[in-house]
Amino acid sequence: MMDILNILLSESFWAASLRIATPLIFGVLGALICERAGVLNLGIEGIFVVGAMCGWMAVWLGAGLWGGVLVAALAGAFFGLLHAILTVPLGLSQHVSGLGITLFATSVSYYTYRTALPNVSSPPRIEPFQPLDLPILSDLPFLGSVLFQQTALTWLALLLVAVVWYVMNRTALGVAIQAVGDNPDSVDAQGLSVYALRMGAVAVGSALMALGGAFLTMSAFDAFFFGMVNGRGWVCIALVIFASWRPGKALLGALLFGAFDALQVRLQTEIGALVPGQVFLMAPYILSIIALVIAARSADYPRALLTPWFKGQR
Amino acid sequence: MTDSTVLKLNGLSKQFGPVVANDDVSLTLNRGEVLALLGENGAGKTTLMNMLFGHYLPDSGTIEVADTAGQLQPLPLGHPQLALAAGVGMVHQHFTLAENISALDNITLGSEPLFSLRRNRRAARRRVEEIIAQSGLNAPLDTPVGRLSVGERQRVEILKALYRQARILVLDEPTAVLTPQEADTLFENIRMMTNDGLSVIFISHKLREVLAFSDRIAVLRHGRKVGEMATSEADETSIARMMVGAETPELASAAMTPGAPVLTMSDVSVAGRSKRDTLNGVNLTVHAHEILGIAGVSGNGQSGLADVISGLAHPEQGLIKVNEVEIDTLSPAAMVQAGVGRIPEDRHREGIVGAMSVAENMIIERLDDGGVQSRGLLRREAMQANAERLAQAYDVRGPGVNAPARLLSGGNIQKLILARVFDRAPQLILANQPTRGLDMGAAAEVGRRLLEARERGAGVVLVSEDLDEILGLADRIMVIRDGELHQTPGRDREQIGLMMAGEPA
Repeated sequence: MMDILNILLSESFWAASLRIATPLIFGVLGALICERAGVLNLGIEGIFVVGAMCGWMAVWLGAGLWGGVLVAALAGAFFGLLHAILTVPLGLSQHVSGLGITLFATSVSYYTYRTALPNVSSPPRIEPFQPLDLPILSDLPFLGSVLFQQTALTWLALLLVAVVWYVMNRTALGVAIQAVGDNPDSVDAQGLSVYALRMGAVAVGSALMALGGAFLTMSAFDAFFFGMVNGRGWVCIALVIFASWRPGKALLGALLFGAFDALQVRLQTEIGALVPGQVFLMAPYILSIIALVIAARSADYPRALLTPWFKGQR
Repeated sequence: MTDSTVLKLNGLSKQFGPVVANDDVSLTLNRGEVLALLGENGAGKTTLMNMLFGHYLPDSGTIEVADTAGQLQPLPLGHPQLALAAGVGMVHQHFTLAENISALDNITLGSEPLFSLRRNRRAARRRVEEIIAQSGLNAPLDTPVGRLSVGERQRVEILKALYRQARILVLDEPTAVLTPQEADTLFENIRMMTNDGLSVIFISHKLREVLAFSDRIAVLRHGRKVGEMATSEADETSIARMMVGAETPELASAAMTPGAPVLTMSDVSVAGRSKRDTLNGVNLTVHAHEILGIAGVSGNGQSGLADVISGLAHPEQGLIKVNEVEIDTLSPAAMVQAGVGRIPEDRHREGIVGAMSVAENMIIERLDDGGVQSRGLLRREAMQANAERLAQAYDVRGPGVNAPARLLSGGNIQKLILARVFDRAPQLILANQPTRGLDMGAAAEVGRRLLEARERGAGVVLVSEDLDEILGLADRIMVIRDGELHQTPGRDREQIGLMMAGEPA
């Protein structure tokens, strides 16, 4: 018990939690925007891969780090737009299209990587984002060293939580996105375009998802590996329900997941001799399933989620 | 009130495939006038209004709308945005409100720039409050619309149109969801607004309110305008004749002596998921040769009552007897066995299987009958013959008995269900909103069949939100409110309306 307490009180544990949570924060925010507009985007897993690959490759080809971030976001938006075209004006099944996007985006990324680097056994490395030393904040006790170890992308993720909250709740655009996810007819009757709102939301949300992937290759690591996304996209889909489609709770959910994950790594070294390591690996997923079961019962789903809307049909 | 014209529809026609929805319809609307647009279901009223609002593009014809100076200007067709801008507001039958945002947000949605970081809420709120003060349309502005009552939601819909500076307001069956009192308030509000220069077109089936509240009446039939008159010169019979094209027969309902009880419910309670399917200690008895009318505002337990009678609900307590035999385990099959015929509320979802053929739908409740199957295999010729006989007897029209049932119109789906139910000569009939959305001809047919069953000796539970229908058919009337049944002292419309709204009788 003391061990766990010690872990929970250590600065490195919280720094790791926040680091692990960062791609999830991007991903959950992205999924939240899509679903608030009424479109489930199961392309998220593949869009993570695209973001990871494109961001890294852009930098490797000579772009600056922020240039890489931009490329990743645009690539994510592109695949998001593809999903949006299939599911919004064409009204295809969001599940089928989303899974298709994941398969397609993942394969295209791997293919591009292999075509660009046919003969390497270990991928070339880039100079990733470095921890950001913020003058006053970094000097704070405990919190300072937790935040001190984070890169600019983590800060961007935290900032985006506030931005998404503000846009969703305090701007006309956010209200329109919420409305189009609840009852598209309400938006149409007021002369706004259901298609434009939904497709725009899916493209922007997908760009955020891709940033989550870019974080992996440009901040958490410094290179691209196959399989490195490793289900993070699916975790985001679960977390967005846990978060009841609210940005603040999305941050909380991502942090909780990050904390579980950081905890299991440390527990493994502490009591790994007694319990098989796989149990620890499973722990965050099992805990998120439990959290989901509890939260999903009372979840306030956007009413028009998964429902295609066609102009002139009411 | 002036006589200046604010709207002219000139020769509008619209065809959907082979179906002619509107054929050369012309209408004019004057400033401050209430025009009632009457017609059977499928007569083309909603199509006409959707062309006005730009949702549909007419095949031919033009529309002119008066600008703020009162000059008629041609309205470009097929652009809802331009219709809005020209001052045409439409309140649809199914509300177009987002339930997860506030009434104020619904009202201002689309009228402020999307890509601005700040919203001028205070100015918007002040304008909405001004409109409320002028029109009397009261609604809480900050509550999510999902928590408002139906009447409040309708007022929000109208406020939405007025906020967009609508000078012409189109109301599609505005009173379908309201209590009689709420409807009266609505019409009072409309009067206030027309006195301020607003012009209103309202679409309705209910002759009573059309006669009471409109200035002029236009009647559509089969997509064509068949008549127009000042309300002061109109009477129920003449309008009804115009709508259906022939005299509607008065329903003969001579008093009959009730027989033995066919349904008894004693102290039945159901804990539903919501108010609409919750029942609290319901007692009722329906006798042979009797129609029991259940009046009430929608969502007060009608679904719960219907679920019990059709065997779908599981009451926590209480006793249910059909034909004086106690039913211990409720199930739809057990109730059908016991002689219950069901006309469900949602005829599309619960009344038919849309993908199956008309013939199959007609035998779906008697699959154990040797007449249509033997040893588990369907006897297709018998099924076919049965379907053709019933389609003939109940006048089910459509693309044939082998076509999928979903291709039938609403009225013909209901006739299919009537055929299936009445052909089995059930002892007890549950008719839940049996005429909702039907045209007068089909509705009259439903009423005739129910009276016929009563004559034969069946008991009928008629659940309806249309008080006129209940008053016209039922031998005895009860009011359902908050899951409780109340006996009405008489047949007084006003009193029943008050009981529905929750006032002490």
